Parts: sequence; C-alpha cells; structure tokens
Amino acid sequence: MKPSAFDYHAPRTLGETLEVLAGAGPHGKVLAGGQSLIPLLNMRLAAPSHLVDINRVTSLDTIAVRDGGVRVGALARHAAVERSAAVARAQPLLGAALRLVAHPVIRNRGTVVGSLVHADPSAELPAVLTVLDGSVRLARHGGGERDVPAGEFFTGPLESATEPGELAVSAFFPALPARAGSAFCEVARRHGDYAMAGAAAVVVLDEDLRIASARVACVSAGPVPVLLDMSEVCAHRPAASDDWDAVARAVRDLIDPEGDIHATAGYRRHLTGVLAARALRIAAQEATEDRDDATGGPR
Amino acid sequence: MTTKLFGERVQRREDLRLITGQGRYVDDLGRDALAAAFVRSPHAHARIRDIDVSAAVDVDGLVAIYTWEDLPERVRDPLPLLIPHPALTHGRTAYPLARDIVRHVGEPVVMVVARDRYLAEDAAALIEVDYEFLKPVVGIEEAAQGAHLVHEDVPGNLGAHLVQEVPSASGAGAREAIEAAPHTLAFRLDFERSASMPLEGRGVYARWDPDDRSLRVYSSTQTSTSVRMAVAAKLGLPLPSVEVIAPDVGGGFGVKIVHPWPEEVLVPWAAMLLGREVKWTEDRREHFISSAHERGQVQHVRVGFDGEGRILGLDVTILHDHGAYTPYGIIVPIITATQLLGPYRIGAYRVEFSSIYTNTVQVTPYRGAGRPQGVFCMERTMDRIAAHLGLDRADVRAANFIQPGDFPYDQGLIFQDGRPLIYDSGDYPESLRMIKELIGWDGFAALKAEAAAEGRTIGIGLGCYVEGTGVGPYEGGHVQVTSDGRVHVSTGLTSQGQGHETVFAQIAATELGVPLDRVSVVTGDTRRFGYAVGTFASRAAVMSGNAIALACRKVRDKALRIAAEALEADPRDLEIEDGMVRVAGNPGASIALATVAVLSNPLRYAFDEEAKRATQFSGAASMDRPPVAEGEEPGLEGRDYYSPVRSTFASGMHAAIVETDPDTAEIKILRYAVVHDCGRLINPMIVEGQIHGGVAQGVGGALYERMVYDAHGQLLNASFMDFLMPYATEVPFIETAHLETPSPLNPLGIKGAGEAGVIPVSAVIAAAIEDAEGITIDRMPISPSELHELRGRATS
Repeated sequence: MKPSAFDYHAPRTLGETLEVLAGAGPHGKVLAGGQSLIPLLNMRLAAPSHLVDINRVTSLDTIAVRDGGVRVGALARHAAVERSAAVARAQPLLGAALRLVAHPVIRNRGTVVGSLVHADPSAELPAVLTVLDGSVRLARHGGGERDVPAGEFFTGPLESATEPGELAVSAFFPALPARAGSAFCEVARRHGDYAMAGAAAVVVLDEDLRIASARVACVSAGPVPVLLDMSEVCAHRPAASDDWDAVARAVRDLIDPEGDIHATAGYRRHLTGVLAARALRIAAQEATEDRDDATGGPR
Repeated sequence: MTTKLFGERVQRREDLRLITGQGRYVDDLGRDALAAAFVRSPHAHARIRDIDVSAAVDVDGLVAIYTWEDLPERVRDPLPLLIPHPALTHGRTAYPLARDIVRHVGEPVVMVVARDRYLAEDAAALIEVDYEFLKPVVGIEEAAQGAHLVHEDVPGNLGAHLVQEVPSASGAGAREAIEAAPHTLAFRLDFERSASMPLEGRGVYARWDPDDRSLRVYSSTQTSTSVRMAVAAKLGLPLPSVEVIAPDVGGGFGVKIVHPWPEEVLVPWAAMLLGREVKWTEDRREHFISSAHERGQVQHVRVGFDGEGRILGLDVTILHDHGAYTPYGIIVPIITATQLLGPYRIGAYRVEFSSIYTNTVQVTPYRGAGRPQGVFCMERTMDRIAAHLGLDRADVRAANFIQPGDFPYDQGLIFQDGRPLIYDSGDYPESLRMIKELIGWDGFAALKAEAAAEGRTIGIGLGCYVEGTGVGPYEGGHVQVTSDGRVHVSTGLTSQGQGHETVFAQIAATELGVPLDRVSVVTGDTRRFGYAVGTFASRAAVMSGNAIALACRKVRDKALRIAAEALEADPRDLEIEDGMVRVAGNPGASIALATVAVLSNPLRYAFDEEAKRATQFSGAASMDRPPVAEGEEPGLEGRDYYSPVRSTFASGMHAAIVETDPDTAEIKILRYAVVHDCGRLINPMIVEGQIHGGVAQGVGGALYERMVYDAHGQLLNASFMDFLMPYATEVPFIETAHLETPSPLNPLGIKGAGEAGVIPVSAVIAAAIEDAEGITIDRMPISPSELHELRGRATS
C-alpha cells in the first residue's frame, strides 16, 4: 500500500497549473482533497507519473453566489460549502447532500469539484449537479475555458468529460427558483458510506400550488447519475395529495440498477423507488411551505 | 487506610499514552530498518510453474529477493501445527513461502527486502510468477462434496471429524431421545465469516546483534514467549539468545495468537542473514487475504422436546469451514460443539462436526472463538421450540436452565483444553430475571402494539450463553519491591489494549498494601518473564491475575518476616498499608516497605544512603546466622504460577429491541441490554469496556460484516470500504448489569470477561428481527437487502 513513483508538482497559480497539466497530458493527475485519489495511489490502482497538487493555487478556493446560482471553485472544501449560509439560501440541496458525504474529517479535506470530476455514480454531488442542470467549467493551457453541462459531463462510472491537460476550475449549481423545494434522501449500509440508493429531488409548483415540475436524480442506479423527469406522473396535482406509491412504481420501471455485494439489483430498484418518492414528497412539501412563507422575493 | 483497589472503577492507566499518540507499536520502532514486502498469490488455487525476478533486480535500493528455494532447512519447513488433536487426521499447514502450490489468494510466494517499503513494493510488482490454474474449492457444502480437492492427499477435503455424545440419565442416545419425544423439529442454520480485524495489523521487526550473536524480535503478537521458542527453533538459536517483545499492540482479538506467522520466521531470518535490521508491517489488504478469518459454519439441527419446551434430545451436525490450512487445529469447532449447550441441562446430546478445507484464508479463533455459532444454534433452537409450542421464549429457556444448586455441573463433554466440561458456578435464573427487568421483557407486547398502531415494526430478542474462560495450562507473575519502594510486576502474557496495566496493578496494590502509583506492570516481554502461554480465551485476568496475586502474597510474607525482625514483633501482628508495614494497633511501630526491601538484600557496598542500612557494618544483621538465611533469597521479590485444574465458566444474557423499516428494510437496534457474570469484578469499568467492545463486534457480525468470496476464491470486499465494520454510529447504547457469582476455582474468585460481549449478539438480533417481522431468520448476518428478499419470499 505504497504508491509507485511519481513526479510531484506544486504550482502556485492557475496559469502555472495549466502549463504543468498540458505538459503531463494523459500522465498527469490533479490532487485536490485527495480523499479518493490517495487511496487509489496507495493501492496502485492508479499510477500517474505526474501528480499536480493544486492546494497552493488559492485563487481556486472560492464560493460565490451570483448569476442565479452558486459557483464553487476547485479548491473549495465540502465543509466550507456545507457551512456557507449564502449557499444554503441560494441552493439548499447542496448542503443537504453534503451532510451525507462521508464523514466530517473527509469533508474537511475533500472538494466539491473533486467529487464531480471523480464522477462516482454512487456519490451525492454528481446527482445534485445533474438534477439542477448545473455545469462544470474546464480550462486548459492556452485554450481558454469551456462549460460542460451536467448531462454531458458524466460519461461513465468514474469517467467525466474532463480531458487530459484540462483542469476543472469550478462548478455551477443553479439556484432554486421560486415555489420550489428540494431534498436528498439516501440509504447507506453505515453512516457516511456510499449509498446503496439515493435520490436528489427538485419540485417546482405552479401558481395554484400544483406540481409543475418534478425531477429526481438517482445515485447508484446506473453508470452515471440517472435523471428522471417525474413531472408527468405527478402532473398538476396538489403536492399534499399526490400518490407517492405510483411515483415509486414509475421510478422502478424506469431504472435498471445493478446488484453488488451490498444490495441485489431487485432491492436497489425497490429502494430507489422508495427514496425517489420520499425525496420528491419532501421537496413538494418544502415547495408548499416555501410558498406559504414566501413574503420576500425569489430566493 | 489504603483504598481497597480490587473492585474499584480505577481509570485505565494506559489510556493517556494510547490516546495521545504516545503508544509504541511495531511500526513506530526501527525507523532505519530495511523493509520487507511480499509477492502474494492472486489466485485461490494454482501451481507455481516459474518465478522470474529478473526485472526486479535492477530496482534501486533492492537488498534481497527470496523464494522458497532460497530458504534453509527448518526455515523452509511447513509451519507448525500448533494444537494437534486425534480427530484432526488430516491437518495441513502452509510453507512460509509457497513451495509449489498456492491454496488461497494472499498466500506469500516471494519475499522482497529493500531500503524502504516503497522500493520493496516497486520490486515486488516487477516479479513475475507463472501459475497453472487449479480448480478453486469455495463454499463449505461444495467443498464437503469433495469433487475437487484443496490438498491432493486429503480426500473429501475433510481435515477432521469428531463426534461427542452424552446420553440421557436413562441411558438413551440423543437420536433415540428425539424419536421418543412428544415434539420434534429439524432445521438448518447458516453463519457467515468475519474476522478479528485489529486496527493494527500484524508486524515484525528484528534486530540481529552480530557481536554477541543474539536476536531481538518485536512482534505484534498475543504470545511473545511462544514466538520466541518458535523463532529459536526455526533459526537454530539457543533460547537465551532470542528475546521477543510485544510492544503496544493495537488489538488482537484472536488472530495474533496464531504463530509463528510466515513473516515471524522470515523477517528474523533475513535480519540474521543480512546482518541488518528488517521490518515488515502488514497492510490492510494483506490482513484481509493473508491472516485469518472465522465463524463460517452450516449447522443441521434436530431437537426433541416436551410440552413445556424441555429439550429431551438434541442432535447437531456441523460443517465447519477452516479455510486452506489448520495451524490452530480444530479449537474453533470443538468450542462450538461444547459451548453450544450454554446454561441448559439437555436430556441427551449428540454433536458431530466435519472440519472442511476450502481455498480461502485459514480459519483460527476470533473473539468468541466458535461460541457465537454455537449460541446461535442453541438460542435459535429455543426460539423455534417456543414458537412451536406457543410459549414465551424466556419461559422455555427457564424450563431448561441448570439450577444454582446443581454446581459443579458436568456437561459430560471434553472441552477445548482436553479437560471435562464442568461448570464451576453461576446463577442463570437470576440472570434471566435481571435481563427481563432491564429490557422490559414483560411489558414489551404493549410497546409492540403501540408501535404497530403508528405503522412501526419492532421486535425483541433474547440470548443466553456460558463461556469457558481462563483455560490453562498456566501463567506466572513476578513481583519485585525495589529499595525506592516501587513495585515492579511482570507477567509473560501480552496486552492488546485490555487494560492489564491497570487491573494487574490493582491486584498488586491491594495484595501488597501499596498506593497504585507505586506499581508498574510489564507484559509480553521475554526479557522480564520467560514462561507464559498467551492472551486468548478470556484468560489474562484469571491466569495472570491470580498468578500475580500469589506472587504478591509470597512477597508480602517475606516482607512481614523481615519487618517483624526489624520491629521485634510477631509477623502475624503486622499489616501493610500505604507502603508502610505496621504493628496492628500500634501506629508508632512501623517500617517502610522500601526499607524492608533494602534490608532484604544484604550488601557489601553502599551505593546510596538507603543502601547503607543493608551493609555489613550497619549493625542490622544478626551475627548468629548467615546474612541470607537458609531457604531465603536476597531481594524482596516473588514469583509464582497459577495453573487451574480446569476452566472457569462465565455466563451472561443479552436482550435487544430492534426496529425494521417497512419500506427500506433498514434494521435499527433501539435498545441493547446485557447482564454479565464474570465472578468477582476487578474493575467494573474495564469489564464494561470489554462488554461494549464485544457487543460492537457482535453488531458487526450480526448486521454488517462478512467475507464475500466469489466462485473463483477471490475476496471481493478486502478493504474497509466494503468490509463493513460498524462505526460508533452503528453501535447502540449498551445497558449493563453485573451479577457476581465467584469462581470457587481460583484465589481471586474471578472469571474471564474478554470475549463475552460478542458471543450472543447474532442470536439476539436474529431473534428480535424474527419477532418484528414474523419471518424465520436462519442465517446471519442479515442486511437490509437480504431482509427485503426474505420479505419477498414470505409474501410470494
């Protein structure tokens, strides 16, 4: 459990980082929080010849609420985003999901953008980015920046659209609109484990407090976060009276999860239905309550 | 007055050191030592065709590469079969490095020594081993069919077969008694593997001194004295030239009683050969695939009983999976077969086990050591009887209890120490009364109905056990009072965090009448104490505790003799308090124990003020006798041993209330209660800590942990990400109550406490889930996914 040899780079600026990454090409790997990468290195499941440590590039340690959403820089730790009151106001789903990410000591080191680039379909943050239609901003040396929407960013288990030489510099999570609610529900074997199943849900109500849009992104249900639009199933009914069992059944019909040593495919399908319906129900309730005490403008 | 320290909740003296990072574990030692790493088999069963090391020899910092071919006589021999048994007709042990066939994933094949562990692993990764695949044998029942063999010369993969039979009072055999019984049941039970999984893995660090040709070995072991003998024998060294020290050890739980491990032979051998310090520290993956597991059994039960649920005949057939090798003999299935009977008087009993080879990691004792499986069998049987008769589960147990007047009670079986299974003392009806009160057994039906009205599903379960503790053959203690008044206690058995430094000091302080802070304790260091067996089988407090007490009594007698002379008093009138020997009722007449220590050692040379008092012109000595009287020895010290005629039997009962989620099938333990009887308590806080740790491991075994082998013999969950040890968040608050029925077998009246907590947990949780769900639970552990599948089967 010792990594094989690598060249260690510790750039101090974004420009320098991109230059090093460009030079390393497919042999380079970015080290941010290291909560997934370091175990992979120690078990020699990954053996990059260049490790580019961005922890000194403090310009990436940013959390900004503007332009209708939350922009999280590549060096912002889970814990910082979780504790940000501004983030909680703009997009409460982020904090709700982050509290389910592993344990406090891991969240103190791990980064939000790192979790996204790691692209584990069992992880919470890819589901959050997916259900919110967020995006990831990628930069490369001499090549400017490009924004990749969530739907295109996750390309497979542990695979993202990030190309060799590119650095994910930030992620953008759109704010919750008015008359909307969100929730994250999951079941893990132990507190803080990767979830056997889980769902990030966003529900938007119309003027009459009927469900206008109901979207849910499921974790551990496929090779990438599985986005399901349940708006039809929930269509135009008041949140309080909806038939959540029907939603659960519909979710089960739409997914095709795999079994593993912790959960059979059948259990995972069942559980995803339960949790997706539960998350949508809570989100709908929140949206209703949001409307009830919505004396101010849109959040 | 000296505080009576025996029985007090004394804070653990080792904790400040251990929890502030001041502990010294094997890997903290020998910072400049060369590092060893091992190439291990990636296959469960294969023949080694060729080993090509050519790519590795150029690695910078490489020192040596060894294969089996490179090992000298004795070192190259198969490792010892530690506990032979007549029923173990086909015992097999591994070579320290695979000779031609590998029999489980993780078996060591090549040893690499390099400047550091990074380089050693670089070199190991470049060594190519050419394997010819052989058919892997995985799964107890598949293995027992014997279609493919783990060892070519072991037909049917059958390592051992043992039958024990105890007829009824009227002479009927169990099968006959079952046939004649008014009610009978037959069923099958399954128990999965888990493992000791100490947070510190194994580790060995060896220093060879070429000047005086001696070897010092530090090992993370549960038995330093026996490792010493094994290493000396393997390396052909005189025993006095080998020292073995167990420094701080980060948990053992059974796996570290096995010895010598391949690395415990190879690392010292390489150190000697190279004339350099060599160290190996096991990593987590190595621990999963190269050390030991436990628990895996399939049991077939037939039971006959009367209308009150009294068992008239019990017939149990056990298939025990012992993995690829049997270094620890058949101790685990013997314990299952004998301790299965628990606190019950059974009409007639027949037990048969077959111990089976599979191409998986070897099976050796893990905390509980076969008892969790046996208790699972017996307690599931009790619950089935209650369900069949429509009786209260506690009442069925009570109907079968051995009564307080029945002790000593002979179960008629031979226990793991080769001696009769005779219970020394206990009070099972009182234990049951206490546990029912603690958990609220009688009021539970109302609670369950209330929960059901809220749409919640809860259930209650109960489990009883008896644990043979403190097995022989012996332990010893040495106690020395030095002229500064300090008391130095040593014992040969080792510590893995149990709190020995505290409880042994409590015993010594109480026996000698000295303040606790005057007493220091050393364990597991062969430089201090050479004769010992080891720390396992809940035996440390019973064995070394009593030995230390006996050694203290020798010291005390001697101190009183010397003090009596100095005080011109009768030794019978003396007492020791706060380190002062006093004439009872005469506070003025006293002498410090420190001074007694000075006087105990007649001196020619005065090296300090204290020593002056013992020199030849001090006038202290009588001119009519030799300075050291006949039959005496210089110094205020004593050594004694405790060797029991047989084990002493602790007992306990656990109860739990669980809630199962109707939608997600999650299983939550709402309450967990323990009544525990380990005889006289030396330190209730430490006993409770042992119970908490045991229950935590029991919860792991019941709801989280398993070894997931695929059909190829690959362990699919060999990491802490997928092998689910419970966190603090998964372990419930544990309510405890103590019952003390002293053991009549030893001077202190104590029984072992180390393993107890883990033993009945799977049985209790299974019973509680069964009660909640109304679905028969015959296989543990159980996960939400499995509960979901069981629900599906129950409704289809």
